[in-house]
Amino acid sequence: MSNRPLSPHLSVYAFGYTMTTSILNRFTGVGLSVGLVLLVYWLTAVAAGPIHYARASRCLSSLPARLLYAALVVAFCYHLVAGVRHLVWDTGRGMERPQARRSAWIMGIVSVALMLLLGALLWGKWS
Amino acid sequence: MAEFLLPPNSRPRPGVTHAAPAAAREPRSLRIYRFNPDSGENPRLDTFGLDAAACGPMVLDALIQIKSTVDSTLTFRRSCREGICGSCAMNINGVNRLACTTALSELRGDIRIYPLPHLPVVKDLVPDLTTFYAQYASVKPWLQTRTPAPPDRERLQSKQEQERIDRPAACILCACCSTSCPSYWWNGERYLGPAALLAAYRWIIDSRDEATGERLDDLEDPFKLYRCHTIMNCTEACPKDLNPARVIAEIKKMLVERRS
Repeated sequence: MSNRPLSPHLSVYAFGYTMTTSILNRFTGVGLSVGLVLLVYWLTAVAAGPIHYARASRCLSSLPARLLYAALVVAFCYHLVAGVRHLVWDTGRGMERPQARRSAWIMGIVSVALMLLLGALLWGKWS
Repeated sequence: MAEFLLPPNSRPRPGVTHAAPAAAREPRSLRIYRFNPDSGENPRLDTFGLDAAACGPMVLDALIQIKSTVDSTLTFRRSCREGICGSCAMNINGVNRLACTTALSELRGDIRIYPLPHLPVVKDLVPDLTTFYAQYASVKPWLQTRTPAPPDRERLQSKQEQERIDRPAACILCACCSTSCPSYWWNGERYLGPAALLAAYRWIIDSRDEATGERLDDLEDPFKLYRCHTIMNCTEACPKDLNPARVIAEIKKMLVERRS
């Protein structure tokens, strides 16, 4: 009896919009938490004095660091918009099937627009 | 901790192929999960060719045809063939649905059929639903009262009160929703799952039930209820077009509202 196999799950289930939007929200959330390490590094450098701060500034404005910010901006925008969608759901609204499908599209469009806007703003600051 | 990979004894291996009849006018191919508990071997994926023109319209018709003409050992549950008993729930082309209400013509290409996900498999497409039924029983799906019933009549409801429970009471316990839920996959022993929570809700909002407080107390638990992360797979999968995800949100709301 205990030798019964477990039926396939993740490997067979169709990755529809429901699972995709949910797992992206989880990944971006984890990514943003890890990204906080950068902020902590910057703050400790501020506290450690001008020499350390100058070194941290160089480090944090290098190309790899900037690429990381780009990824964090993408994650932030998605996570923010997905969070608002969940907030609306928590009031019991927008949970019928067609509504949830529509809000998934809206979330995608709004978060990409936010990414472009925020990206353009930051790009303008740097160059 | 969630196990994302199947244990070694559960990984399906390639199986045998039965070609469609040479004269088939509408050949279709079905890849079906097989497990024989007596063989001691891993599950396997058998391929069955079929002439859809010489078969009934639904996936269940195809399974019955295969069982009666090609391989009589093919094992699956079925009863009503009209979407009311919930026996033939299975994973068809990646989505949990009832074989009897899914038309072959709405599925493209090769048809992949697996048992409901993340359950112990008894044989072929028959999963063990013991835990699922125990969770259903744990929400006490019956009328609980403290006051005596009126001596001269039943406990009456208004039409509106009845309409509120019409939809949640239409659940056929096929387990399509619960076994489509990743949260239920990873925490199926502690999270009640959408089907049991839908049943709980049906009694919580029943105007005749007098155990609403106890029912809510019982659900106020980090695992039983709050493992729902509103993924919405349950609502997408429900073959009766019910909405377990919305109902779970309603329960969460009730728990917040009664605190204030």
